[in-house]
Amino acid sequence: MIPSIPQSKFSTRLYAAYVTLFFLYLAAPLVVVGVFAFNDSLFPSMPWNGITFDWFLGTESPRVGVFHDSQLLESIGYSAFIAICVTLMAVAVGTCNAFLFERHSFPFKNILYIVALMPLVVPGVILGISMLVFANSLVNGIEDLFGFELDILRPGLFLVILGQFAFVTTITTLVISARLRKFDTSLEEAALNLGATKWEAVQTITLPFLKPAMIGAGIVCFLMSFENFNTTLMLVGSDSPLTITMFDRLKQGSTPALNAASLMLMVVSGGLALISVFVQRDRTAAPE
Amino acid sequence: MSSVSTLSATEGQERKIPIIKLGTFLLMLPLLLWLFLLIILPHVDLLMVSLREKLGYREYAFSFQNYIEFFTEPLYWNTFVRTAVMSIIATVITLIVGFPISYYIAKVMKGKKRSLLFMMCLIPFWVSELVRTFGWMILLRESGVISSFLQWAGIVDGPVEMLYNDASLMVGLVYTSMLFMVVPLVSVLDTLDDSLIEAGYDLGGNTFNILREIVIPHAMPGIASGCIVVFMLTLGNYLTPTLLGGKDGLWFTEQIYNQFITRFNWESGSAFGFLLLILSSAIVFVGLKLSRQTLADTVK
Repeated sequence: MIPSIPQSKFSTRLYAAYVTLFFLYLAAPLVVVGVFAFNDSLFPSMPWNGITFDWFLGTESPRVGVFHDSQLLESIGYSAFIAICVTLMAVAVGTCNAFLFERHSFPFKNILYIVALMPLVVPGVILGISMLVFANSLVNGIEDLFGFELDILRPGLFLVILGQFAFVTTITTLVISARLRKFDTSLEEAALNLGATKWEAVQTITLPFLKPAMIGAGIVCFLMSFENFNTTLMLVGSDSPLTITMFDRLKQGSTPALNAASLMLMVVSGGLALISVFVQRDRTAAPE
Repeated sequence: MSSVSTLSATEGQERKIPIIKLGTFLLMLPLLLWLFLLIILPHVDLLMVSLREKLGYREYAFSFQNYIEFFTEPLYWNTFVRTAVMSIIATVITLIVGFPISYYIAKVMKGKKRSLLFMMCLIPFWVSELVRTFGWMILLRESGVISSFLQWAGIVDGPVEMLYNDASLMVGLVYTSMLFMVVPLVSVLDTLDDSLIEAGYDLGGNTFNILREIVIPHAMPGIASGCIVVFMLTLGNYLTPTLLGGKDGLWFTEQIYNQFITRFNWESGSAFGFLLLILSSAIVFVGLKLSRQTLADTVK
């Protein structure tokens, strides 16, 4: 069971074999998606016909590569726009919330904290429909009262941003709060003693201390937003982000261009994941 | 922003008279806007919509019609139960598959190898769920990799379709949830002192006894939080059941989507959504009570 207890060779090997099998199971779907991006065939399936780069660079139908597929490129643009907006908003609000919950006392603090955790428990589809229903009620209410239609609250990019922001903010709040909890407040008090104003002290001492957590939370937000499907599906209008476009293509059956897009998605999220790991590592090196 | 020292000095007074300082109030604004406009009011509105009946254009009356429809129509009811049962099965399988892996990472591996193995566990989950599901479709479909391999190896004569049934659905669901089981299990098994296991052997226990008497009781908080998270995510999953599941058995989230988008019946869709929310919260609540944990502990 543990290395210090002698075990029979057979059971140790059996255990190691199981772990190996498990990692094969983890890797198999990802490897397959990547490899079939290079298959010289119109469908992402067997048989293997040799290597081609058409699914990245092809220009002529039916072999349109990702880099020339205007619909896919456009949806990547929408996804990036949504993700950037969500990340900036969620990190800003998450930082405020961290200070609020860690440093201040106010009535109903515990209840508000539990409500702030709620988005983790609510399934994404339900968060999406509740937002859809509420936005629709607002549009109707405003139309009845003031006689104009608030088109921004119709399904579309703005609602998608709000929907993703609603649950991603919980994560930034938790991550940044955890970091703030480790902060030694005497550092801030020292700054105050040396004549800094409260805001100056926070700006020069506390915020730099929180920076690794803010960047880490930001990367997680960006990825969660970019890859979100459930909430987005309910709130999307005519401008569909990448996951929705890919889902539609997947249902209809698609060319390996979809694999090429997936491969790029994997490379980008892998890169971002590595960056966030490095930021995290920075955290242990920082003075605590 | 007030420093902690002044805060604790005034705390006593604040408890008697709940006056919030201006700074605190300004800091509370984003929180309140977020929680009320994006979380609380939408869910209240969802409940209101689910409790009304459409009489004509923009004409509604209060009624329990949508809920009555759910309980009298066997199709809806069956989908609901099926989704819950399948989610429980998926959670149990994830636990059974993930526990030995977590134990291996936490107790058998040491140093660099250990962090590498743990990282390898996390990598698939940085990739979009859509891409992972797509991978399973390429593996399992009739013209897919596994089918071709079986033919090549001479095990089967013709192409085999392994997609669109409960087994393929289960494979996808377990795959998608694995991370959320492994992470809490590894962190809880990390805190188990090796000497306790050694003492168990010294006292004459065997592997099975020690697992049952020492390891599992110690890992219980991790098992509970892993199971709760996995169950919730599985219940609310839409993508995997739609792409990998069979046509005969719908997932409840698909039912909600159909009511909203295909049939444009928002009233009954809202009712279904609320029922799913209640089911999910109820199971989370029971899970927390059974494992004597709080929601705040689980997210840590």
